[in-house]
Amino acid sequence: MQVPGALRVVEANAIAYRRVWKGSAFSSFVTPALFLVAMGLGLGSLVDRGTGPPGFEDFSYLAFLAPGLLVASAMQSGAAEGSFPVITGMKWIRSYHGVVASPVGTRGLVGGHFIWTGIRVLMVSVIFGGVAAALGAISPMSALALAPIGILIGMATVAPMTAFTANRENTEALTAVFRFGITPMYLFSGTFFPVTQLPDWLRSVATVTPLWHAVELARRVALGSGSALPAWQHVGYLVLVFVVGVALTYRFFTRRLNV
Amino acid sequence: MHPLVEAADLTKRFGDFTAVDAIAFSVPSGEVFGFLGPNGAGKSSTMRMIGAVSPVTSGRLRVFGLDPAKDGRRIRSRLGVVPQDDSLDMELSVEENLYIYGRYYDLPRREIRVRIEELIDFAQLGDHRTSRVDPLSGGMKRRLTIARGLINRPDLLLLDEPTTGLDPQARHVLWDRLYRLKQDGVTQIITTHYMDEAEQLCDRLVIMDRGRIVAEGSPRGLIETHATREVLEVRFPIGELEPAGPGLHETADRVELLADRALLYTSDADSALGKVHRLGLRPESALVRRSTLEDVFLKLTGRTLVD
Repeated sequence: MQVPGALRVVEANAIAYRRVWKGSAFSSFVTPALFLVAMGLGLGSLVDRGTGPPGFEDFSYLAFLAPGLLVASAMQSGAAEGSFPVITGMKWIRSYHGVVASPVGTRGLVGGHFIWTGIRVLMVSVIFGGVAAALGAISPMSALALAPIGILIGMATVAPMTAFTANRENTEALTAVFRFGITPMYLFSGTFFPVTQLPDWLRSVATVTPLWHAVELARRVALGSGSALPAWQHVGYLVLVFVVGVALTYRFFTRRLNV
Repeated sequence: MHPLVEAADLTKRFGDFTAVDAIAFSVPSGEVFGFLGPNGAGKSSTMRMIGAVSPVTSGRLRVFGLDPAKDGRRIRSRLGVVPQDDSLDMELSVEENLYIYGRYYDLPRREIRVRIEELIDFAQLGDHRTSRVDPLSGGMKRRLTIARGLINRPDLLLLDEPTTGLDPQARHVLWDRLYRLKQDGVTQIITTHYMDEAEQLCDRLVIMDRGRIVAEGSPRGLIETHATREVLEVRFPIGELEPAGPGLHETADRVELLADRALLYTSDADSALGKVHRLGLRPESALVRRSTLEDVFLKLTGRTLVD
């Protein structure tokens, strides 16, 4: 990666972001906060009349939900950054072609794209953590400790998503990924209930999703409970997905932009 | 002094397709050099190789004496690039579009501010500096794209089809800007499929067809070598051109029969028209004009340049 060039791309993204931050703030912060209130407090008041899921009997549903919802939101932000902005730069306004023709080049473009996504995901995680802490769902310390996990899952999502988008000619396939990939992952990877509640075959599917690893990790950090695997395995899995995604992105970007 | 760009046996292949087929050319400093040819002739592929964006398949290419395969970044930092599709950020303002590019070229912020003033002036966009790019006219967008390509004060400006899609008035404004740059000593490489554009702008050009260079020279020199001073264009009613063909060949140095008209190449169009009439032919219309690069292209390739 060519660092100064990548930072120029980050700067360009930040300038463009100033124009759209209101709409983006709504989808990345406000929507998850509403979810937290509606599900955690509203639905949670019903859930808490039961015994709670195995391993989490001592926690309120709100406390159970908040860490999972934080990383799930980070995943959504990562997926968003890896989809429409990428096809826009590649195909619609073709700004990527301009970057590649400048000294920044393809490496700087790829590096800047991922650094920028890291910043966005960090913003989403920190603000969501603040909202969750204000609602008493997690401790302020946990809110801070969850931010790096938010970045991990955001990066493990944006990298393969960007690689996928790099070869697309229209948004149909992207919409399908959100509909049949991101949304089911959001719902069934342990965010709202432990995957032990799922039938066996679906549970094994859920445990290979990046989000499940992030949720397990987040819950262990926030609640000190859950997760059958050692933490390093979760981290390692997410890092691996990120690294493979970056390598594929670089390859596909080069194939499309340097022809 | 070394030429800014030097190519020998330069080749670009995409799978089985050869887009650029072993071409050689060189561009000295201060020159406006053109690649003229129809769509698919290999002009844009050549430009992308010069721009150190597209790898060379085989042959030799040097830009500023550097090898694009090794020193791509250094080459790109001294180039200005004006792509055919403006690739401007429509959501951002005129100034912001220039600023972002200044940063891509690693310029300090304060320096960019100074250059933005100059370039907005140059591009005649003073009234629009803070407005979004989206609603600007095609000509304004293209001028902004050229201004953007100048932000790093490039040693060489690459313009790919600079006036394609613009109306005649916007084209003339743009030509005037490019001529000004030439006066300032900015070396330019231009691709175009417009003959009049090549004649207006280029000191020297090569005509490309199917990946090869078929002719090279100044616009005037090419016309003198490959065409005659004057051209007589005669149109006939439908069905009368073909039978008139053999007779017409007697009237001029060279005759091209197109679908709807005949082009008679001659040094004296008036006397050629007299001969046409003496043959008893009655064309619907007759037009005398100077030869253009279009005529050169037709002679060299047997085909017209189609927009």
